[in-house]
Amino acid sequence: MNVLLDVLLRAVVWLALAPLLPGIITKTKAWVAGRRGPPVLQLSYDLARLWRKGVVLSTLVSPGFVIGPAVAWVAVFGAALLLPLGALGTGLGFEGDVLLFVYLLALARFCTAWAAMETGSAFEGMGAAREVSYAVLSEAAIIAAVLALCVQSGSTSLVAMLTPAAGAGAVLLAAGLFVVLLAENCRVPFDDPNTHLELTMIHEVMVLDHSGPPLAVILHGASVKLLLFAVFLTEAVLPMGSLTPLAATGALAASVLVVTLATGMTESLLARFAFRRVPLLLTVGFLLCLFALLFAWRGGPA
Amino acid sequence: MNHALDLLIGLVMGLNLLALGSGRLPSLIRAVSLQGVALGVMPLLMEPEVRWHVALVALATVTGKGLVIPALLRRAMRTANIDREILPFVGFVPSLLLGAGGTIAAMVLAHELPLLPEQTGSLIVPGALASIFTGFLLLIGRSKAIAQVSGYLILENGIYLFGLLLIHAMPLMVEAGILLDLTVGVFIFGIIVDRIQREFDSIDTRKLTTLRE
Repeated sequence: MNVLLDVLLRAVVWLALAPLLPGIITKTKAWVAGRRGPPVLQLSYDLARLWRKGVVLSTLVSPGFVIGPAVAWVAVFGAALLLPLGALGTGLGFEGDVLLFVYLLALARFCTAWAAMETGSAFEGMGAAREVSYAVLSEAAIIAAVLALCVQSGSTSLVAMLTPAAGAGAVLLAAGLFVVLLAENCRVPFDDPNTHLELTMIHEVMVLDHSGPPLAVILHGASVKLLLFAVFLTEAVLPMGSLTPLAATGALAASVLVVTLATGMTESLLARFAFRRVPLLLTVGFLLCLFALLFAWRGGPA
Repeated sequence: MNHALDLLIGLVMGLNLLALGSGRLPSLIRAVSLQGVALGVMPLLMEPEVRWHVALVALATVTGKGLVIPALLRRAMRTANIDREILPFVGFVPSLLLGAGGTIAAMVLAHELPLLPEQTGSLIVPGALASIFTGFLLLIGRSKAIAQVSGYLILENGIYLFGLLLIHAMPLMVEAGILLDLTVGVFIFGIIVDRIQREFDSIDTRKLTTLRE
């Protein structure tokens, strides 16, 4: 009973806090540009509005068009539940759960791409192709980062990996994971979440034909994914285990806020990269994580 | 204490990557100057109590490598009206991969080297070797004179990092001499860049390989 309550509480925390992050990013951007900007809760209002709307389905689509976003949402949410929340530990963790974590994220991406292909539109196929070709490099970076944490802690469970302090490679890991965060969540140097210019859209292309509740599920899933990467980045770098529970929770919340603000500042200060330059930046992110792995491997025992 | 030092060496290695991957001269110069500041702070972290000799070296390095030399480079870039794009001989992704391979090789090599026991676990030696390799790569793989100067600076940063192992044995005069040489070197480089620019209307060093009457 206690376990159930614990998991339920965690679920509420993840689901309720996630839509705040895109709101904070938009607010930061508006603040830098000297505008007032939409309220922080704007995404929640949008979700409520979309949830009440009907769904428009093309005559071509199979049930996969609706199942895809649903599965993707469940996969991201499941991955989020595996992550420990500061000192609270994790509700569902087990030895080797990091593999499940990586695969759940991959499953979510597959389902989003699949649902995009369901529309039978060449344009959405192109968006899916772009998304997946970026993912090849960013997934390599995630795997390198996860391996670095595994080698460093000598464990394959997320709780054991994320509680001790990162070793010598902490700076590299933080930079690499931040690049991954930007790429995975389609933020600015890689993709512009606000753009509706056909040639440059990536993620937006894939969700173009979704409407009503499925679109709400996709948007909410994206915000959970953003929160998930922010929490992962924070816990990978900060020594959560050496703080008192209260301090750890506070530090986690503060650093997630800092990561979110940093994302907003990046979006305000950087222009989108040209398509040709994106693999270069992703390679840098991958190599940063790889160097962190190298440090964990060579520098660890000393 | 040692942990912070390792973090800084990690930063230096990350900046090596950034220097290899940056496509514009200002970002390359920024990476080099940040690296200089990181290197300058290192002597302060290497021992528990700060002595004036070490503090002086640190201060000179931070101002020299972090402020003066980058300012000279920026000035040379501005006065010579250089196009900011770096035209590489070796493409960005290949040079990144080569740099990563070099860093991995440096790690392995440093593990095999017969170092003093108190330095076997330290990341200074791999960091130094990786920076030297990165510097060579930039010297070989970029066509603009300023990018080559930056490569030379990263190469020298690697040598400096190696020199940190000997900070107690090496007298202050040697450090000061190296820094002075470096500053004069960059100064001369700036003048040469300006001359090349006036003579050829570009600082592409490829033009220097053909002889004219």
